[in-house]
Amino acid sequence: MPSFDLGAHGLRALNSTLHALKGQTNETQWDIVNPRGSHAIAAGVDAAVDITVHGSTGYYCAGMNKQATIRVKGSAGPGVAENMMSGTVIVDGDASQYAGATGRGGLLVIKGNASSRCGISMKGIDIVVHGSIGHMSAFMAQSGNMVVLGDAGDALGDSLYEARLFVRGKVKSLGADCIEKEMRPEHLELLETLLQRGEADAKARPEEFRRYGSARKLYNFNIDNASAY
Amino acid sequence: MSDFPHTPPRMSWTFSNDTNAEIRRAAASGIYDIRGGGSKRRLPHFDDLLFLGASISRYPLEGYREKCATDVWLGTRHAKKPIHLDIPVTIAGMSFGSLSGPAKEALGRGATLAGTSTTTGDGGMTEEERGHSKTLVYQYLPSRYGMNPDDLRRADAIELVVGQGAKPGGGGMLLGQKISDRVAEMRTLPKGIDQRSACRHPDWTGPDDMEIKILELREITDWEKPIYVKVGGARPYYDTALSVKAGADVVVLDGMQGGTAATQDVFIEHVGQPTLACIPQAVKALQDLGMHRKVQLIVSGGIRTGADVAKALALGADAVSIGTAALVALGDNDPKLEEEYRKLGTTAGAYDDWHEGKDPAGITTQDPELFSRFDPVLGGRRLANYLKVMTLEAQTLARACGKNHLHNLEPEDLCALTIEAAAMAGVPLAGTSWIPGRGGY
Repeated sequence: MPSFDLGAHGLRALNSTLHALKGQTNETQWDIVNPRGSHAIAAGVDAAVDITVHGSTGYYCAGMNKQATIRVKGSAGPGVAENMMSGTVIVDGDASQYAGATGRGGLLVIKGNASSRCGISMKGIDIVVHGSIGHMSAFMAQSGNMVVLGDAGDALGDSLYEARLFVRGKVKSLGADCIEKEMRPEHLELLETLLQRGEADAKARPEEFRRYGSARKLYNFNIDNASAY
Repeated sequence: MSDFPHTPPRMSWTFSNDTNAEIRRAAASGIYDIRGGGSKRRLPHFDDLLFLGASISRYPLEGYREKCATDVWLGTRHAKKPIHLDIPVTIAGMSFGSLSGPAKEALGRGATLAGTSTTTGDGGMTEEERGHSKTLVYQYLPSRYGMNPDDLRRADAIELVVGQGAKPGGGGMLLGQKISDRVAEMRTLPKGIDQRSACRHPDWTGPDDMEIKILELREITDWEKPIYVKVGGARPYYDTALSVKAGADVVVLDGMQGGTAATQDVFIEHVGQPTLACIPQAVKALQDLGMHRKVQLIVSGGIRTGADVAKALALGADAVSIGTAALVALGDNDPKLEEEYRKLGTTAGAYDDWHEGKDPAGITTQDPELFSRFDPVLGGRRLANYLKVMTLEAQTLARACGKNHLHNLEPEDLCALTIEAAAMAGVPLAGTSWIPGRGGY
């Protein structure tokens, strides 16, 4: 199992090494030590490898990840797994702002809390947060699923498109065009799967959640809705 | 009845026919006017500058014998693979979605034939565009529609878009009429809805964050690609300085004459500064930081002719970019289509309802019947011709000023026709040595 000392060798060497990994590599288990909050750790990886970061990370850890499973044994700075395409990113601690922003696929799991704008403009990613999320989360979220075991801050799902939001705790307020929707059997089934994939099935049951989505009233501009903007 | 004559009818300058028409339109529709293009008002512009030409103290170069080079390197500061273009006129970012697939293909074909680059837009990278563009700049926008690492890596440069001259501080909009199945799929949104492109990036705020974002993009692309930062003409001195500080290889500065696919008319006409006013501020920022020519400056917004190119370069730009002019070269607003423009309630030269998707030229539409009218091969040829004419014109002016490279043009080659242009451009008013705001006046 290769171990990479980020403090000793630096970011460029790390990402260059990870980018060089191809589909047939035998080096599928990577440990990164001494991350010291560096930015852009394991950004742009495109290989089915397991990467464990032993410590907390700065901005954009696992940015644009494809295929890889990346675990942060600490907390993650802003924009963790931004624009992720596929694969899995797991943060054992908390995540700062914009976690999973614009993500197009894959799974982001945050074992602690996520700050504001979690899942902003998400485009297909699945996000499971074991704790709570901050204000303006899922702003302009286009597609994908967000599961929150704790509470949600102000203006959840503002200007939401087709993403599905599931919150177990309290929602401080809903954003423009975001409404509570009926939880149908297919949603419970989906939630069960998401909780399992997000390593949260022992903590919560699907029936405990409420579902939120777009009212679709702002999809085409209407002057009578101007006060909603 | 008095025998005195009535006062003849007198129209108000404040309440002009255009103004009153807009009031009536607003009252009838209840929505602000949305349109494409850039500012239509009369602004101080390159037309207000003149080249002095050679004289006893400066000797010219022979037009048919002595070389005047036109090439430009972009991205030499940090990128492992900077871009080398034959001409300093590039094609600005315009999205697939706002433009048809064949129009994007034509832009790539024309740019490649002329030895320059073209740019994606707010809708991701299309195969037509990548396949026909030798040098393609990939825009990184707040919406991140279609954004993915594979396209980042197959781009030749990355343009991080902070603002746009037509609407500094505003996001984009693509109305439902143009959201075809293909556009909807590329943007991960339902067909037929109005798509709003965010006005600021979702995962960073401010210059310090931008520096980290640029670091991430460099890491993802292994430091190969030049990274541009595009700003609208709002605060060009500070925006340029902060872009340099954040690590940009190239600053793209778009003045208020720069076009848009669609936004509010009130935004286009009332926000931002004229291109002419922006250039000297950006150049000063680069000079103050010792980065002029090290971080390249691309200027856009109202570039139409080789004279505009030469004047922008003389003021300190490294290259220019064209959008609206490129569309006109492809056939937009052509008087040959006057009958069809009349049916749309407009006239050739004034058509700007690009957001409605009814463009009879087949350029700003997603309607298959309309875009199939447009021939991308012919369009590309027309664009290449136009780019070459602009380059020849710029060379002609540069030789007349005794320059053997377009980049050797300088502010000392210019004078201004108006006090406003003299003040904005920082060159003397014609017939004087007066630069308003300088030298104790």
